Amino acid sequence: MVERSLGPADIVPPFEVEDVELYHPKSWLTKYVFSQDAKIIAIQYSLTALAIGLVALVLSWLVRLQLGFPDYFTFIDATLYYQFITMHGMIMVIYLLTALFLGGFGNYLIPLMIGARDMVFPYVNMLSYWIYLLAVLVLAASFFTPGGPTGAGWTLYPPQAILAGTPGQESGIVLMLVSLILFIIGFTMGGLNYVVTVLQARARGMTLMRMPLTIWGIFTATVMALLAFPALFVGAVMMLFDKTLGTSFFMPAIVQGGEVMAYGGGSPILFQHLFWFFGHPEVYIVALPAFGIVSDLISTHARRNIFGYRMMVWAIVFIGALSFVVWAHHMYVSGMNPSFGFFFAVTTLIIAVPTAIKVYNWVLTLWRGDIHLTTPMLFALGFIVTFVSGGLTGLFLGNAVVDVPLSDTMFVVAHFHMVMGVAPILVIFGAIYHWYPKMTGRMLGETMGKVHFWTTFLGTYAIFFPMHYLGLLGVPRRYHELGVTSFIPDSAHTLNAFISIAAFIVGAAQILFLFNLVWSWFRGRPAGGNPWRATTLEWQTPETPPAHGNWGKELPVVYRWAYDYSVPGAKLDFVPQNQPTLSGG
Amino acid sequence: MAHASPTAPGLSHARPGGWQGIAADWSSDQRAFKQVSWGKAMMWIFLLSDTFVFSCFLLAYMTVRMSTAVPWPNASEVFALEIAGTHMPLILIAIMTFVLISSSGTMAMAVNFGYRRDRRKTAILMVVTALFGAAFVGMQAFEWTKLIMEGVRPWGNPWGAPQFGSTFFMITGFHGTHVTIGVIFLLIVARKVWRGDYDREARGFFTSRKGQYEIVEITGLYWHFVDLVWVFIFAFFYLW
Ligand code: HEM
Ligand SMILES: [Cu+2]
Repeated sequence: MVERSLGPADIVPPFEVEDVELYHPKSWLTKYVFSQDAKIIAIQYSLTALAIGLVALVLSWLVRLQLGFPDYFTFIDATLYYQFITMHGMIMVIYLLTALFLGGFGNYLIPLMIGARDMVFPYVNMLSYWIYLLAVLVLAASFFTPGGPTGAGWTLYPPQAILAGTPGQESGIVLMLVSLILFIIGFTMGGLNYVVTVLQARARGMTLMRMPLTIWGIFTATVMALLAFPALFVGAVMMLFDKTLGTSFFMPAIVQGGEVMAYGGGSPILFQHLFWFFGHPEVYIVALPAFGIVSDLISTHARRNIFGYRMMVWAIVFIGALSFVVWAHHMYVSGMNPSFGFFFAVTTLIIAVPTAIKVYNWVLTLWRGDIHLTTPMLFALGFIVTFVSGGLTGLFLGNAVVDVPLSDTMFVVAHFHMVMGVAPILVIFGAIYHWYPKMTGRMLGETMGKVHFWTTFLGTYAIFFPMHYLGLLGVPRRYHELGVTSFIPDSAHTLNAFISIAAFIVGAAQILFLFNLVWSWFRGRPAGGNPWRATTLEWQTPETPPAHGNWGKELPVVYRWAYDYSVPGAKLDFVPQNQPTLSGG
Repeated sequence: MAHASPTAPGLSHARPGGWQGIAADWSSDQRAFKQVSWGKAMMWIFLLSDTFVFSCFLLAYMTVRMSTAVPWPNASEVFALEIAGTHMPLILIAIMTFVLISSSGTMAMAVNFGYRRDRRKTAILMVVTALFGAAFVGMQAFEWTKLIMEGVRPWGNPWGAPQFGSTFFMITGFHGTHVTIGVIFLLIVARKVWRGDYDREARGFFTSRKGQYEIVEITGLYWHFVDLVWVFIFAFFYLW
């Protein structure tokens, strides 16, 4: 990327689209509650996601209480246990991570980073949030229905998900499916907005190849979500019919308690295909925004241009495309045709190539950089470490023959928590520390931030690293109690207790983070417009927090890519994207 | 949408053709699709997503049709009607398909007159399209009633695999919902056309954006898509 001086290519093209007409709120209600401003919608999305995420965190504590100290907490019976892990998993993956990355960061950052006034259809965008909120409420309601929430596991595999014997089959499963359907409808409304905004509403001079990688990540993830969620939608609708109307889409002939049920002829594996056609891309729906954000955090806080920008973009796009043809690596033990396993193992391992390229590029960006160990940077570095360890175990599980014995053990739990649990969560924290000053005008407390980072980072390692070992021993996942078995030594139980204690400490550290969020809102150090001296457009707004319409009278014009840090000959060590010449002005 | 109109007419001269043009557009700033407004882009992408929904439904139908051990009822017999003493297989479906495809024709004409800003003809053609659509849904309701009277249920039917009824109600129901939503939107837009909202560029209630005749075309995109999906349902469900 040679974007150092003004060449003929930098002559600013004329406006192609008229300036947007925004909806101007007339009352407090339309300004802060039923707001059509993407920034407010973003904050609504984020707070809702964090709130329901907190529920999922508490559920993980309860799960750990049982696993660590099986004899002490008798109120957690098997039924409650299954309900806890199911709701924990589903909330974390869909209602927290997906909503926060796309609904939260997507809404906040897309218009600001590409120099737009707002999303292209603010009204639809607003509806997206309210439907999401409804989905969350329906989900939460299932805690209070007779029979409680579903305990089918977050994968909701039929036939067991809707049969007697599975917790929550009375009504919890119905609420879960309805909530998922609502979520998908709401997400689609937002997602269409994000995609069209990126494609069709960029600032003058903002070419696709000048967009910050954050936007590339969120954009690609949104496109994937728009193509992957339909499979879950269809699966949910059909299971809802199996449950409520007595159809047999997923139900084979079943004898239960000596009685032949009315079901028959359906295909349980069909659900697994639909679920994982969504489920695998889902992993990247939360990973790609994280990849993008991390690239920007690293570049900004190491004062160095991102290494191999073009390669990074193509890697994101390539990973996104490939992740649609690997889904059955989750189904090696499902009884599908074994020769499928070969195909899916190969595609799975191919994904490792662009992923590894990204990791190398992050490391090369850091190489001889002027690294500032700010809180966002710490979280970004933590991400690289956890992502690499999670990714390496992915290579084990991607191979069909290695996966078969490891399937449904704690090894799998360790793997996916490292790669799609801890790693994206660390990025979310890093991103909040990074952009909070823009959202509120105040810095988050650094000391609290560092304590938060170190406890979370080391703590999650303490939780999930030993699980690999437990998995190799053969400790199964989704077991309420291990009881006495010959292959599980006593030390494994001690290890489980240790993991649980680590989990409580990590959980407690999150309370510090929430306190920091609230405290800094009132008492934080005033941030100014561009506290990190970053190049991207959102830091160049006339006001902080940015006003309705983002840019005042003049829309920004972009002259360069997003990574002009430490450019030789420039006055400052960063050159904002909207600055025409190196020397400023 | 006001945003469609390029304010830099020089631009179109400078664009190379073919693949080079596409590459140039995608590496340019502001917009990747130069002639496409926001609303149209959004509808296209939505339709892409919706294509995945219908594909999943149809694939699921094919899968359960293979997984069930019970024979599949013969569609051309199930969907036959006795009319004036003659036995006519698939006659209703043929009429429904004809109606829906005709509605695509009237829709295309409405779009054409919309761009000529012919208020009256546009509105009338849209209403005609909506009537065709309503007729389609009406015939579908008739078909549903007939099958239900004959004992077809989502969980079973007198002739064979229970999945026949399940997939039938689910897929035609989902498609019928799409048609119904289309009819409602056609009527709303037709009313606005008739009132002259798009000549006056009246502002939307929620969006406070100027109304444009382009919305007729966007509604049309959706309508043609729903028709196209029907062709696939027709082929895979009724003819197979
Ligand atoms: C402090 C943080 C966390 C702790 C202590 C924790 C702990 C656990 C435990 C103990 C299980 C049950 C394992 C079993 O017996 O099967 C579990 C399951 C799961 N967790 Fe987490 N988790 C945490 C964060 C997350 C995050 C951030 C995600 C987001 C991806 C996540 C996603 C899942 C999923 C998908 C399951 C599987 C649920 C199922 O088996 O149906 N967890 N977690
Ligand atoms: Cu996967």
